Amino acid sequence: MSFFASLLNAAPGAVAQGLIWGLMAIGVYITFRVLDVADLTVDGSIAAGGAVCVMLIRAGWDPWLAMACAFLTGLLAGCVTGLLIGFCGIPAILAGILTQLALYSVNLRILGGKANQAVGVDKYPLAVSQRFVRDAGLHNPLLLLMLAALVLILLLYWFFGTERGCAIRATGANGHMARAQGIDTRRCTIIGLMLSNGLVALSGAFLAQYQGSADVNMGRGAIVIGLAAVIIGEVLLGKLFRNFALKLAAVVVGSILYYIVLQIVLQLGLNTNDLKLLSAAIVALFLALPHWQSHIVGKNGKEARRRA
Amino acid sequence: MLEVKGICKTFFPGTVNEKTALQSVDLTLRDGDFVTVIGGNGAGKSTLLNVVAGTLTADSGSVILDGRDITRLPEHRRAPYLGRVFQDPMMGTAPNMMIEENLALAARRGRRRTLRWGISRAERELYRQLLRQLDLGLEDRLTARAGLLSGGQRQALTLLMASMQQPKLLLLDEHTAALDPRTAAKVLELSDRIVSEHQLTTMMVTHNMKDAIAHGNRLIMMHDGRVVLDISGEEKSRLTVPDLLTLFNRVSGSEESSDKLLLS
Repeated sequence: MSFFASLLNAAPGAVAQGLIWGLMAIGVYITFRVLDVADLTVDGSIAAGGAVCVMLIRAGWDPWLAMACAFLTGLLAGCVTGLLIGFCGIPAILAGILTQLALYSVNLRILGGKANQAVGVDKYPLAVSQRFVRDAGLHNPLLLLMLAALVLILLLYWFFGTERGCAIRATGANGHMARAQGIDTRRCTIIGLMLSNGLVALSGAFLAQYQGSADVNMGRGAIVIGLAAVIIGEVLLGKLFRNFALKLAAVVVGSILYYIVLQIVLQLGLNTNDLKLLSAAIVALFLALPHWQSHIVGKNGKEARRRA
Repeated sequence: MLEVKGICKTFFPGTVNEKTALQSVDLTLRDGDFVTVIGGNGAGKSTLLNVVAGTLTADSGSVILDGRDITRLPEHRRAPYLGRVFQDPMMGTAPNMMIEENLALAARRGRRRTLRWGISRAERELYRQLLRQLDLGLEDRLTARAGLLSGGQRQALTLLMASMQQPKLLLLDEHTAALDPRTAAKVLELSDRIVSEHQLTTMMVTHNMKDAIAHGNRLIMMHDGRVVLDISGEEKSRLTVPDLLTLFNRVSGSEESSDKLLLS
């Protein structure tokens, strides 16, 4: 009984974490699924977003303004990766790793040379905080996070339905076709990467406030969590959700489920140190499944891989 | 209309794999010309088309379209003037986007892509009509993903997309090579119809000599990166496949290369 009681006790926290990482996972979805680029910049940009937000709040800025700046920082990080890919001919994976590595130093500078900077909810007016996650009332972070997720999904749904958004989707779907239709695929890739990393940095800003500090290492392995959320969402809801907005919602649901499952295995006694191993193994497994299917089932599998 | 002057292209220069694909190719297309391009494997047909389309950059020479030098223009910037259909049916459409979205993308070729919604209601009705003319039943599947279509359907859709926005030049790169004979014939017929309907200046690369003779008003043959034959008008309309083979043997100087032409 105490197992369930403590699980229930931890559930709101897991949902909040899931929502915050869900925003991050939407960023991953934009690169991984829409642009068809595996972008590793995100590990750096989530920490950059957190760092910028925390330092600005500590400097007395309004938290929403600080979050807007975090978003802009993410745009910039994505732009760097996009330029490395588009104008330097560096393969996307490597370009992302380069920016991510560079961001480590940048983030340390932002954090004033420290690995960690705290932003206490007692001293500063934060938009979200872990402390109130079980409270009833408007200051409960769950409410704001859900609203943020909803607004962002609607905004993205709108953007990817516009002429410019369609061009970005075409770039990811078929670069040859896009260029033949007069689309500047290089520019579209850059815009997509910027948008993605902007969202990731924004999620970092939420995360830093939520946990009350920004840490230079807070983004380590973020891409894997993002991918896990994307894949869980697709596996569970892919057949049901065809609409773009619903697909994005599925990503957030995937992220929440990831954190709930995480909570459960932790309560079952899993060593926290083994978490990243477990996450990586799960993501590897789900990425491998379509590939294996295509070898076993032949033609049907090919269809599945195309859909995946 | 199209002037190709002294185009040279060598792949992997300075390596053991060095391959000269185009050796100073000159070609002028008049307004409304429908040129079929034949030649064996490695003759330079596709390379020529790709240089015109901007997928490849020529080592030297120039490409002038409608009086404008487009030699240095990147692929997407010359796309407004060009309609293209590729050999691979997968290449012409975005598989995970709807049929109507693919059409809407093509309808905006050469226009600034704004933050307006990607497709309007009026457009949809227009697309339905255009698709009905294809007679493939696609007019009721506007919201189906293009990836669900058969190879022939996709090529038909790509043709439709290519002919939107009235291109100055239509480039067909062996666009029926991957289709079964019946579908290929249908797509060719459709190509003819679209070309004459919009009076498009067209270059069609093909491996099929019969098709090359049956379509268009002019035929050029390429060999070893050169244009070795250029037949048009009356002379072309009297051409037969054996004629073409004899001519090819004469220009290329060997029996073996005519096998190459036939078998490739």
